Amino acid sequence: MKPDNSALEVRGLTKRFDRLAVDSLDLTIRAGEFYALVGPNGAGKTTTLRMVTGLLRPDAGAVSIFGIDALANPVAAKQVMAWVSDEPMIYDKLTPLEYLEFVAGLWGLAPSVSQPVAEELLSSLGLEPHRHERCEGFSKGMRQKVALAGALVHDPRLIILDEPLTGLDAVSARHVKGLLSQRVEAGCTIIMTTHILEVAERMADRIGVIAQGRLVAEGTLNELRQQNGHADTSLEDLFIALVTLQDAA
Amino acid sequence: MSSATALSWFARHELRLAWREWFAMMTGGRRKRARAAMIGLLVFAALLHVPAWAVIGRFAELQLPLDKSSLIVITATIFLAWTLMLSQAIESVTRVFYARADLDLIMSSPATLANLFSVRIAAIALTVTALALLFSTPFIDVLVLAGGARWLAAFGVVVAMGLSAAAVAIGVTILLFRLIGPARTRFIAQILAAIIGAGFVIALQVAAIMSYGTLSRFTILTSGTFAEHAPGADSILWWPARAAMGDSEALLALLAIGLVLLGSVMAIFSGRFADTAIDAAAYGRSGSKGTKERPFRRGSRQQALRRKEFMLLWRDPWLISQTLMQLLYLVPPALLLWRSFADSSAAVTLITPVIVMAAGQLAGGLAWLTISGEDAPDLVATAPLTPSSVIRAKIEVVLIAISAVFCPLIAAIAFASVYQAAISACAVIISAASATAIQLWFRVQARRSQFRRRQTSSRLATFAEAFSSIGWAASAALLLTLPMAGLISGLITTGLVAITWKFSPRRE
Repeated sequence: MKPDNSALEVRGLTKRFDRLAVDSLDLTIRAGEFYALVGPNGAGKTTTLRMVTGLLRPDAGAVSIFGIDALANPVAAKQVMAWVSDEPMIYDKLTPLEYLEFVAGLWGLAPSVSQPVAEELLSSLGLEPHRHERCEGFSKGMRQKVALAGALVHDPRLIILDEPLTGLDAVSARHVKGLLSQRVEAGCTIIMTTHILEVAERMADRIGVIAQGRLVAEGTLNELRQQNGHADTSLEDLFIALVTLQDAA
Repeated sequence: MSSATALSWFARHELRLAWREWFAMMTGGRRKRARAAMIGLLVFAALLHVPAWAVIGRFAELQLPLDKSSLIVITATIFLAWTLMLSQAIESVTRVFYARADLDLIMSSPATLANLFSVRIAAIALTVTALALLFSTPFIDVLVLAGGARWLAAFGVVVAMGLSAAAVAIGVTILLFRLIGPARTRFIAQILAAIIGAGFVIALQVAAIMSYGTLSRFTILTSGTFAEHAPGADSILWWPARAAMGDSEALLALLAIGLVLLGSVMAIFSGRFADTAIDAAAYGRSGSKGTKERPFRRGSRQQALRRKEFMLLWRDPWLISQTLMQLLYLVPPALLLWRSFADSSAAVTLITPVIVMAAGQLAGGLAWLTISGEDAPDLVATAPLTPSSVIRAKIEVVLIAISAVFCPLIAAIAFASVYQAAISACAVIISAASATAIQLWFRVQARRSQFRRRQTSSRLATFAEAFSSIGWAASAALLLTLPMAGLISGLITTGLVAITWKFSPRRE
């Protein structure tokens, strides 16, 4: 049975390349939740999220986004979500404002709605002084912020981010974290992969630990601690214990 | 490490990079293809001897002293090859300035930059010369086989040309930097490379059209008028021609000029090379100013995609220089068309195959940029559009661009002959559609900046695109003169496109 308030529901998701990358994964994310997916390199985090966003076709399984079957009706599912990858992919020859106009156009937004939102996003991400510069000279952090603004401009209900803080300086990272927290407070659902466990620990409502394509632990930080019998352990220690255990198995 | 050791080490590093870049271009970045690429290259070089024989075989028996007409033709051919080398060298130099990943490392090292950049200048000269030797070898082989060992001196001429072309290219590019700054140099140098590469042939064709009403560039070279105004047989102008035929004094002089030119450029510019590279890097970081403030535009999702594609095409200097080369070749037929209105010349028929081929080639390049060269594939793939509507919008961009370029020419042909205009229009559409379809069948995700290397992803697609353009051009020309032969040629070309589809990777 599908819970009424689930933003994302994944059942039996499987993907094999040379080896099994995602192994019959089940995952449920509640609406309005900030969910952090953590795991070692090559654990299957990005592959899972790429299948959810429709960038990769699963070998088996089902993906439901706010009750929409994402495999049967991908266009409707994409309308309500946004994807930000760890490698910001933007157009060098467009300015940030032109990029946001393009993204808004792709999602079919009226200019009267999208333009004020775009202006506000550029301002809140510190891109205002560069709004008319082409992105070709931007640093990786600035490009990441443009990509993030693109993901937010169409006001998605579900935002999926793959390592969004990579390449950002401390001030920019704080801006981004603040922006994401605001979105969650406004009712948006966020799923984020990160290697910065401190971020997951501080921002996420729930944390999922993935290893060898399987979800090996899931819950709030306290629940994870209880599951593993360590009352005052940090997420880092928990993570290492869980992953080591999985490797040994 | 001593200075001399450091220089030889850096020279080896440069040569290794040049070799690996060339190897990757030949194999499409796949090591497993190395043997196939080498065999393919050898077969290509062997096959190139056949057209070389047809084009140049008749000159093999020429002996010194030459008459003026032969001197003019040989000198013009050598000059044409030199302009092509210069065009390639300008492109190489621009690439070196703007490839920052490697320059950052070099400039942050404690080595003497002037020495390192001298090596880099020499490496550019060596690369340009090696490529020229590769392509000229079949032609020189033919001359040596049919005319004797004295033609081996032509290899020396190619080396001298490579050295001088690299020297001039570096001088021109650094001069552009100083005159117009790094922001404009990148763009202007690419345009300049395209114009130099095509300019000489086009100038000869334009002169031939204006004087004799023909597209043949040799008409003007072999004309009495040209010979009358040419300097005497002992002029320095004929040294390259004499050197190529075995005149050792002329050859030594040419090699000396080439070496002195390159040495002077190294001495004068190697110090400034570093400053120029720093300016180019600073330009890359600062970012360029975009457009003025304007409100967001309304429209469908497909319109948003089309607008983005047009904007990116318009702002892409790489594309402009590449397409300009193709469009420049349309100038002579357009001129011939204009002249033919006056005297109803049958020469106007020649225009159709030229524009049909140009349409196919241009459409292939544009289709690669719009379909394969998507810099934000994840964004487009996660947008709420079906993949087919994305592809449709991108194909529409290619066809609109082709229409904008070729409609005026077709309209002009209609004034001369409605029948020819109709045939030309149909052939342009089919040629552009075939090239676009081939790019679609063989699409591989890539960045737009990889446009220069698009041929490496699939040799089959590259050859199929070229043969389809040639096939449709030939079919159109034959339909105008021998309709039955035109139909047969059209069927053969259709078969070729169908076979290409059969061998294309399976698409979802």
